[in-house]
Amino acid sequence: MKVAVLKGGRSLERGVSLRSGARVEDALEALGHDVLPVDAGADLVAVLTAEKPDAAFVALHGPGGEDGTVQELLEILRIPYTGPGVAACVRCMDKVLAKHEMRAAGIPTPDFVAFNDTAFREFGAAQALGEIERTLGVPLIVKPARGGSSLGVKLVASADEVPEALVSAFSYDDRVLLERRIEGRELAASVLGEDALPIVEAIPKGDAFDFEARYEIGRTEYHCPAELDADVAAAVQEVALATFRALGCSGFARVDLILAADGPQVLEVNAIPGLTDTSLLPMAAEAAGMRFEQLVERMLELATERPLTAPLA
Amino acid sequence: MRDLMAITARPEVISLAGGLPDTATFPPRTFAAQMTKIAQESSAQALQYGPTEGFEETKDCILEVMGAEGMLPDPDDVLVTTGGQQAIDLVAKSLIDPGDVVVCEAPTYPGAVPVFCSYEAEVIQVATDEDGMRVDELEALLERLRGEGRRPKFIYSIPTFQNPGGMTLSLERRRRLVELARHHEVLIAEDNPYGLLRYGGEPLPPLYHLDGGDYVIYLGTFSKILSPGIRLGWAVAPPPVMEKMVLGKQAADLCTSTLTQYFVREYFAERRWLEYVGSLIDIYRARRNAMVEALERFFPPDASWTVPEGGLFVWATLPPYIDTTDLLAKALREDVAFVPGAAAFIDGSSGSHSMRLNFSASDEDVLREGVRRIGRVIDEQMTLFQTITGEHPVPRPPAHADEEAEQAPNVLPLRRRAEG
Repeated sequence: MKVAVLKGGRSLERGVSLRSGARVEDALEALGHDVLPVDAGADLVAVLTAEKPDAAFVALHGPGGEDGTVQELLEILRIPYTGPGVAACVRCMDKVLAKHEMRAAGIPTPDFVAFNDTAFREFGAAQALGEIERTLGVPLIVKPARGGSSLGVKLVASADEVPEALVSAFSYDDRVLLERRIEGRELAASVLGEDALPIVEAIPKGDAFDFEARYEIGRTEYHCPAELDADVAAAVQEVALATFRALGCSGFARVDLILAADGPQVLEVNAIPGLTDTSLLPMAAEAAGMRFEQLVERMLELATERPLTAPLA
Repeated sequence: MRDLMAITARPEVISLAGGLPDTATFPPRTFAAQMTKIAQESSAQALQYGPTEGFEETKDCILEVMGAEGMLPDPDDVLVTTGGQQAIDLVAKSLIDPGDVVVCEAPTYPGAVPVFCSYEAEVIQVATDEDGMRVDELEALLERLRGEGRRPKFIYSIPTFQNPGGMTLSLERRRRLVELARHHEVLIAEDNPYGLLRYGGEPLPPLYHLDGGDYVIYLGTFSKILSPGIRLGWAVAPPPVMEKMVLGKQAADLCTSTLTQYFVREYFAERRWLEYVGSLIDIYRARRNAMVEALERFFPPDASWTVPEGGLFVWATLPPYIDTTDLLAKALREDVAFVPGAAAFIDGSSGSHSMRLNFSASDEDVLREGVRRIGRVIDEQMTLFQTITGEHPVPRPPAHADEEAEQAPNVLPLRRRAEG
């Protein structure tokens, strides 16, 4: 099969994406596929139109590649692609939208409020900050609505740090959210097809909200499968599957949660989780007995099984 | 941050993030003539291995460069290395045992810290001000360590036109630093890549000169006065340290490129290297001035920056509520890049309101446009902060405001050098 591996792009997560892409290319070659590496740029549509791949493996992270944009183009070009479809990507990329969907579906997610910069510029939202801080309490988390890899995410220890954290978060998006800090264990529950994979627990060394810690070997310790009682693990996987369905995902996704004293709380869903050699989805697959090549083959299979949704002429 | 830096390489990005000299200033004809001469006259030798320590002829060139700053080392103490970076690595490799303390400046050269860490050193940073390292704080640190029965393996310092800070260690502090090293029997690794690139003020003696080479290991490079592409640097160290470094060098790469050593030999034989450095000084001085003028015009009044008397970098500090790593994300959308200050600190949080700006690699128009774009994203951040907090900005001096209003529509689309 001729498979285009879409990687790179202009997003801030370009470096991670290139590493994910390179690893996927190696796996596809080992599986005997005809691999077409594509650094997603201005010639993306031209290249795909000319090369006519049988499928596209989307190894892009962040806006553009993970938010439904590239997925929409692939629908139009009628090229089957890995990972969730357009609508699910739109919902997962925007944490605010995702959290509203979760709330509507009865999935536990930490309390939050969200603003766009217009709220501050035109409607004096600053006046409401005091009330928000009282409601959510401190410490709280400030993060951009659309952004990945914890870029621009700040843990705010006291109310007077909120404006600075907002300015940071607004560097990545014109919408930000303030979220209640939930104490608990940091878990990632990946879904592949219809199945929940073994749960990964992240135990950060030092600062918990650090972009580099996520991608550098040794900065965070990961345990898979996480040491959880069977009923707790089952409950976490159930919540992950429910979230996957509520956001309309297909193929695969990674659901990040906090396991609080009173049960799991879902933070966000990554439509295109990292596939680097330190990434969590491949780790979970391995714990389930799947080698990376097998995981890639299964992802590709799920892509070709899913019908395309773009209107036909 | 490494990942953020990965996208600064896009061709449309004005990068003030690098530390590159402008190699377009080197005459291609000179380069061609020398390489031709080498091919015609010394082909077999130039393509062969060379001695681990480097050729005597290369050392003669090094002595000339060091002589220009008043130093006269024994050629036997000189080791030719593959760039200044290898000199740093070999010092670290030869001296550091796991757990040893290495002292450096805060901020320091971001490329040095990973080297020290890879040999499992405990890196301690000493604060700096406009006169360079706070030698009084170093003294307190050395005393404290002595109380704990510890002594740093060495003090890594860039005393002249510091990277990234741009400042220069004052003469008084240089003397005191050398005294402290002697008193505490601690080595200093003096990294001096920029010393000859002085655009103003009076030259100061290198630490190596003041100390006579007893406690100072000197690290030099041809990268900034000739070419970083030839990967040619050197270290000057007392014999016991030198022996270990030579062994380390042998293990690392046997010898430094013979070909580029021949190139340097031929180039120095023309006796025009100082003239070329002089031309670089003129070019870089104009660029520094252009950058400083652009900063005055486009950066907010409560920002501050160093005006370096030489070297390649300006260090700018913004109001405390602006995190320059996040600012970089925004700046990249405007196709401009810089190095966030946090990269120059071990703890990853200090320096988060500062940035390093390079002025040697771009011409004046590009520098102005780059600084203008950064200024614009800073303005946006400040306005947002003020909207959120209800604080009011420090007003810009009216003269500047008028000038800007008048000139803003005239800002031309950036002329890219590749086309010109």
